[in-house]
Amino acid sequence: MSAQLLGLHQPGTTLLHRLAAGAKLVGLVVASLVVVAVRGPVSALGFLALAVALLVWSGARLGLTLRAMRWLLLTAAILGAWTVWQDGWPRAVEVVGDLVALILLATTLTVTTPVDEVMDAVARGLRPLRRVGVDPEAVALAFSLMLRAIPSTITLAEESRDAAVARGLERSPRARLIPFVVRVVARARDTGDALHARGIGD
Amino acid sequence: MSDIRLEQVTVSVPTHDGDRQILGETSLHLTERRVALVGPNGSGKSTLARLLNGLVPATTGRVVVDGLDVARQGREVRRRVGFVFTDPAAQLVMPTAREDVALSLRRTHRDRAQRLAAADRVLADFGLDGFGDRSVHGLSGGEGQLLALAGVLATEPSVVVADEPTTLLDLANSRRIGDLLLSLPQQVVVVTHDLELAARCDRVLLVRAGRVERDGEPAEVVEHYRAHA
Repeated sequence: MSAQLLGLHQPGTTLLHRLAAGAKLVGLVVASLVVVAVRGPVSALGFLALAVALLVWSGARLGLTLRAMRWLLLTAAILGAWTVWQDGWPRAVEVVGDLVALILLATTLTVTTPVDEVMDAVARGLRPLRRVGVDPEAVALAFSLMLRAIPSTITLAEESRDAAVARGLERSPRARLIPFVVRVVARARDTGDALHARGIGD
Repeated sequence: MSDIRLEQVTVSVPTHDGDRQILGETSLHLTERRVALVGPNGSGKSTLARLLNGLVPATTGRVVVDGLDVARQGREVRRRVGFVFTDPAAQLVMPTAREDVALSLRRTHRDRAQRLAAADRVLADFGLDGFGDRSVHGLSGGEGQLLALAGVLATEPSVVVADEPTTLLDLANSRRIGDLLLSLPQQVVVVTHDLELAARCDRVLLVRAGRVERDGEPAEVVEHYRAHA
């Protein structure tokens, strides 16, 4: 359940809520470039602290958000352990710090901005590209579906894990992974059918 | 009322052993306000329903809705024919109830404020006031199906096709959705295992093994199905 709330818009009156969606999207892109471009563990920890501060400022329920992110954090921890083994502590702190900071910044965007507003901003921003064959509405729709897919994919992963545990197959990666992949593909097909049936993207 | 015609339609899918026919040659003319499709699982009734707005293409023959060929004028047909799926989780594609209804309205309302206001009006019409900011994940089965129906009806289609809309619901919600479907001003084609719901329609088709086995008065067709299930 908490996974389903990851990235869900939470109405509020903070400056972050009042900023235009386009400005926040551009800010996220710029921040991502800076986070990736600036190297070193100290800057990574600084970006992480800034991202946490922004998320707290947005009024997001921090405990709930972190609980919802537990699988992403676990993945980041595994990645960190691998990086420690391969390249040492400084590099691991940089990789994990940057990754978690970017996830938190993106979460801050989705928490403070309704998806509908993000879609409008993306469609508006891409309108000049119509001349070269880009369909702004289709790209905006894909963008919003991607945001929607994150929590629903986490839910499918949890359900697949529960099903494997219920059959006594908790140690079998195959029992967890194959149903998960099949269900993700099936959900993608169902979503495509639903959009098609509603005439969205025609 | 809308006019739906299936003219010598068949549907086949390719398999390792050659093509497998899912729906044998079928010709129908549906003009009744309430039409129910009943039959065993895997009989082809969902395929028949999905033909009506182009979710499944006919292998041969043609499907025509209000004079529009589904294969050639799919976009216009989908504006007229709304489709409700069994599982609302598959149909609700936006994070919140208001945004999901607003997604349906993007084609008709370019201005965001107007679109959201219209979405709120639609939610209120369906007794979903106060659900606007709720996550679509947090809705009960009945609320989810109601929202899915609201999202479809927001675009004011002239036909609503519903594929087992009550299968995943408890008794109370099943009745609620069934009553709502039958009270709509639109033409409704409903695929269902609920024989009480089917019996309340104007025409019932029993589909079995990829063909329409019985077609006619609801009481007679439902009775035949009960006796030969």
